[in-house]
Parts: sequence; C-alpha cells; structure tokens
Amino acid sequence: MLPVLQIGPLAIRTPGLLLILGLALGLWLAERRLPRNGMKADHLYNLVFLAMLAGVLGARLSFIAQHISLFVNSPLVALSLDSSLLDLPGGLASILIAVLIYAQRKNLALLPTLDAFVPALAVFFVFLGLAHIASGEAYGAPTSLPWAIDLWGEARHPSQIYETLAALAILAIQWRKFERSAQTGNSFLIFLIMTAGARLVLEAWRGDSTILPGGFRLGQLLAWVVMAAGIFLLKKLDLTRTGEGSQNG
Amino acid sequence: MQQVSRRIFFFYILIFGLAWIIVSRVTPDGTSGNTVSAPRKGFIAPDFTLATPSGENVTLSSLYGKAIILNFWASWCPPCRAEMPAFQAIHSQFHDQVIVLGINATSQDNLVDALAFLTENTLTFPILLDPDRVAQQSYAVTSLPTTFFIDQEGVITEVVVGGPMTEAGLAARLADLLAEGP
Repeated sequence: MLPVLQIGPLAIRTPGLLLILGLALGLWLAERRLPRNGMKADHLYNLVFLAMLAGVLGARLSFIAQHISLFVNSPLVALSLDSSLLDLPGGLASILIAVLIYAQRKNLALLPTLDAFVPALAVFFVFLGLAHIASGEAYGAPTSLPWAIDLWGEARHPSQIYETLAALAILAIQWRKFERSAQTGNSFLIFLIMTAGARLVLEAWRGDSTILPGGFRLGQLLAWVVMAAGIFLLKKLDLTRTGEGSQNG
Repeated sequence: MQQVSRRIFFFYILIFGLAWIIVSRVTPDGTSGNTVSAPRKGFIAPDFTLATPSGENVTLSSLYGKAIILNFWASWCPPCRAEMPAFQAIHSQFHDQVIVLGINATSQDNLVDALAFLTENTLTFPILLDPDRVAQQSYAVTSLPTTFFIDQEGVITEVVVGGPMTEAGLAARLADLLAEGP
C-alpha cells in the first residue's frame, strides 16, 4: 500500500494520481481507435470534460441543497475546495443529465458512443484496481491461503490484485475487438457482461461487502442484475440485426 | 445453430452466477465481520494512551460512549493550521455529543511552536502529544492533516486524508456520525 506519495514537502495521493493516469491513457487509446468507429475525437473529450464539470458542480449544488443551513451564515464556503462538501448521487445524476443533453444536441447515437468508450473504460478499470492496491480500499476477507497478504496485522485475500488481474484479462480479451468494432453496441455490452461477471465472482473474497439479510452480498446481487440486463440487451440487439438482415435479404 | 449454443452458454452463465451468490453467502460465523482494530473505515479504532501538554494521560477507549473526531496535526503544516478554527467551532457547539481530540505529531513538530499555536488560537479542545509516534504508527498516518471519525462504539466511520476541512464539512460529517449511533 502506498496511499500518499511524498515528494519533498509535496504529498500526492497515489490513488487519485493513478485514476487520472488511467483516464488519460484510456482516452488516448479510445481516440486511437476512433477512426474505425466514426465518432469524432472532439465529442469523446467534450463528453468527458462535460461529465467531470457537471459531476463536481452537481455534487456541490446537491450538497448545498441538502445542508442549506450550514451555508446561510457563510455562503462563501460553497466555493471552498473542501472535498467533503460533495454529494455523490447528486453528482452522478448531473453527469447523466449533462451527457444526455450533449448527446442529443450533437445527434450522438447511444450504442456507437458507448462502444467508443470501451477502450477507455477497460484501461480505467485496470488503474482502478491499481488505485485500490495503493489505498488499501476494496480489501479482502481474512484467509489462511498461502498467497494471503498481511493487512493491518491480519492475513487477507489480495482482493485488489484479483481485481486488477481480472481487469487486465478483460482488457486483453477486448483488445482485438477494439480493432474490428463496428459501432454496433456489442463491444460495450460484452465489456459490461464480463466486468459484472468478474465482480460477481471476486466479491466473494472481499472483506468490505455490504451484507444483506440471509448473508447475501449486495455487490454480487447488483452484478448479477447488470450481467442479466447486458445479456438481455445483447440478445435483443442480435434479434434486431437478424430481422434487419432478413428484410434486406 | 451458433445462436442456440450462445443462448445456452449465457443461460449457464446466469445459473452459475446465482449458484455462486448462494454458495458464497456470509455465514453467521463468516469472516466478513471486522472485529479487529485497524485504521480503516468499518474497523475498531486502535487504542492508545497519550499525555496532554499538562501531563494528564488520556486513553482513547475511555472516551467511548460519545462520538470522537481524531485529528492528527502539526504546527508547521498550513492546512492543519487552517482547519483548526473549524474543529474549535465544532467543539464549542457540540461538546456534549462529540469529543474533538487533536493529536500533535510531536516527533515531527517543535513542541514550543505547537504550544504557542494552541495559545494564539485559543483552542480549548483536548490536545495530546505523540512524541514517540505511537498513535501515528497505529493509525498509519503518512500525511498531515489526517482526521478519523469514530462512532460511540469505537468504530471508525470515515477517514479524511488532507485538508483543510471547513466547519460546514465537519458539521455534515458529524450529523452522519451521530445519525449512525446507537
């Protein structure tokens, strides 16, 4: 674990640095794959920039709306750099709204756009695993297996390493598909199914799962639902395409 | 034919997923519960005994029953200095519900400067000295300031690395902390 990188007087939070690096590398790769997809690089970067801006603004405004009494006497605190004054659901909702508005104004179709983001997402998930290794987040359950790692005086599953290896495997499998992606939505749906499947399997060795009555893990149930939805949509897409094919034929 | 085998493959994947969810459930004596102490969210806060500048010993576990905000700081650290008034404001307003505890990283600080800072800013919440890095090591503090939010039962609910935090941010976190209490 290396949560903070100390360079002289400068303390850099390693997980944040890795996530920024993952985003930059992912976008670079996605841009290189764009000519085949037909989507313009401008749209790719604009969408990411807009999502980040809307996320921060929306998260701060949503926090203020929910804690208005804290800002009445000192409204300038609303401009503070304090990262605790953010509301995650509000930020995510703002991202969704901003992206939908942008996509509608620029006439961007959903499936080609999602396909274009697959290389960026695949790379980002590898770096998300690395960020978890650095921070110690997403830690594993206690175990006596020989490859256990010592975390806070207890032998635990190296769940962050499992997560990183799974993301690398998905990136490797998808790599060849990046080359021949035809903007059909298949790439995104297959990526979604594989990522949800990996989460479903690996969640079993996590030590920080949210446990529901009956001992079920919330993360696994959500992953199964996402996986099932991905399979359903993929099937539907196949049927639509088959129908179009037979009509054309 | 390919369509049919793909459909069967996905069917088995979903069935396997459901089976795995059932098999990997956490049993009542399962291993997911965190009953050990560690400087992480969801774990029991590592215990320690440190002295105040006047020589009075304070043990963290003796304070359980109230929520605790544990802030590691040093007088040379600008964000630590900037957020101290916010901690003082929280202490003044909520001292009957929460204990604000400042731990001076004395091994990395000048004690004279640290004490002068306390006097200049009329900080009235308890300050503990950590000359041997006892608390810093058990809380794995690698950066200043670092703040731990601990509930009434001694479980860490949040860790904030860096700062400065605002009074509004502290008050919102404190409201969450008290809402989670017994």
